[in-house]
Amino acid sequence: MYDTIIIGAGLSGLAAGIRLAYYERPVCIVEKHTTIGGLNSFYRLRKRDHDVGLHAITNYAKPGTKTGPLSKLLRQLRLRWEDFDLTPQCGSSVAFPGVTLRFTNEFAFFEQQVAEMFPSQIDGFRRLVTQIQQHDELNLANRETSAREIVRRAITDPMLVDMIFCPLMFYGSPTAHDMDFTQFVIMFKSIFLEGFARPHEGVRLIMRKMVQQYRKFGGELRLRSGVKRILSCGGKVTGVELESGELLEARHVVSSAGSAETMRMCDVPPPEQEPYQPGAVSFVETIFSLDCMPSELGHTETIVFYNDNERFVYDAPTEPIDLRSGIICSPNNFQYATPLDEGRVRITALANPDYWMHLPPDEYVAQKETWTKRIVESALRFMPDFRSHVVDTDAFTPRTITKFTSHLNGAVYGAPHKIRTGTTHLENLFLCGTDQGFLGIIGSMLSGITIANLHLLKPDS
Amino acid sequence: MSADQIRQVIMKILCRIAPDNDLTALKDEVPFREQMELDSMDFLDIVMELRKLYRVQIPEEDYGFLNTMASTVQYLIPKLQTATA
Repeated sequence: MYDTIIIGAGLSGLAAGIRLAYYERPVCIVEKHTTIGGLNSFYRLRKRDHDVGLHAITNYAKPGTKTGPLSKLLRQLRLRWEDFDLTPQCGSSVAFPGVTLRFTNEFAFFEQQVAEMFPSQIDGFRRLVTQIQQHDELNLANRETSAREIVRRAITDPMLVDMIFCPLMFYGSPTAHDMDFTQFVIMFKSIFLEGFARPHEGVRLIMRKMVQQYRKFGGELRLRSGVKRILSCGGKVTGVELESGELLEARHVVSSAGSAETMRMCDVPPPEQEPYQPGAVSFVETIFSLDCMPSELGHTETIVFYNDNERFVYDAPTEPIDLRSGIICSPNNFQYATPLDEGRVRITALANPDYWMHLPPDEYVAQKETWTKRIVESALRFMPDFRSHVVDTDAFTPRTITKFTSHLNGAVYGAPHKIRTGTTHLENLFLCGTDQGFLGIIGSMLSGITIANLHLLKPDS
Repeated sequence: MSADQIRQVIMKILCRIAPDNDLTALKDEVPFREQMELDSMDFLDIVMELRKLYRVQIPEEDYGFLNTMASTVQYLIPKLQTATA
């Protein structure tokens, strides 16, 4: 009998697991896939290592910083700052028709950019920043409110509004067009106020440190162990049945599988399905390995968020891919002491999940190739032409994401409605991860920590 | 365990929870919160560490006693009477 079974060995599940194992709770993480990672994973293809999900780690803080999400989570997981080997970005931008706003990990620089490009808006922008700084985004009792309404009260130029929303939505909005204000604050702080960094080795290092810490404290991890059903009796979870038919008993179950996905596993479904709608926003990502460094071609930016349309539209497109906007990421463009072995460019764009889910296998491969070419052509308006330097290409779609993470519709940011307290219709079944609502790499770990602290480690629990 | 030994235990726990803080100048009569960057998650950790190390149960209504080093030590003396450091 376990104290807690955690479904999913992604960052949130591992973080929850580390907390429980550290305090000597018998805990087991069950993971369906053959490897750890979930939405922030990695793979090897044709002798090359690739990251999935992670472009950059947000919420950067310098070594020795005592406040903020990064130092909070390092303390909670008993990790040292050095463990994550975070190297700050070189500089990123938001590129819209006729205007480019650059930003770095120094917020004053971004503020100055806004003042230069949008002089009439700077007072409103500063008021908005103050409001964001005062908002406690970790308070689980925050109500859902429209971020666009709040931002529009401070900023009257619709283009600046869109330019602020663009990176925040691309990196963490489960909802089309608008965001919940708390979600907006989480993303604004993590991207603009704190900033980007990356370990030289990529997401593998973070995942490895998390698993090592979990195992060191006595946690058990079972791969290839998908959960078929969450078993309950009289409103209380009693354990899980694995796909193999094996039964595991537990006093609590914490699921990072997603809210709708978790409800589908319950032997007794919730009385109302309505709060558990899966998300519908997903992406296609193309990955290019180059025979040179991107900087040698003149591309020195870490991340470029681009949009060529008068308004920025964030929604599942009717076309297979929305070519108007996207994200260009070069993992090479961080301030490493030694360069990465190979040049890489990753380009990501909004995709229509339905289209990619339902293509027949042979057509799927052909369409992936066709749309990869189109994505590049679109992105080349915002970066130097690198096509003659490409030595290998890969791409993944909403279908790939669902296959490896079991998140419905390949919805990387999960359900539009977050269940912030993590509670469900079963008194000892809790949700953590994407659908609890702290997004991003750091957010996902904080989500696991918060749910473990709140429901499982409080002395009376 | 003596008051001095209990103080040592708390110092060890604080060191684990907030390794980046300089604890040498910690004032026993001043609230932890005013001297260190501790939030509610960290206070839960003090409680949990004590439970892990000495099986001491501290109910939520008693968290107020953990305000300063002096009040924490006073509060723990009867609870750790029979414990060995």
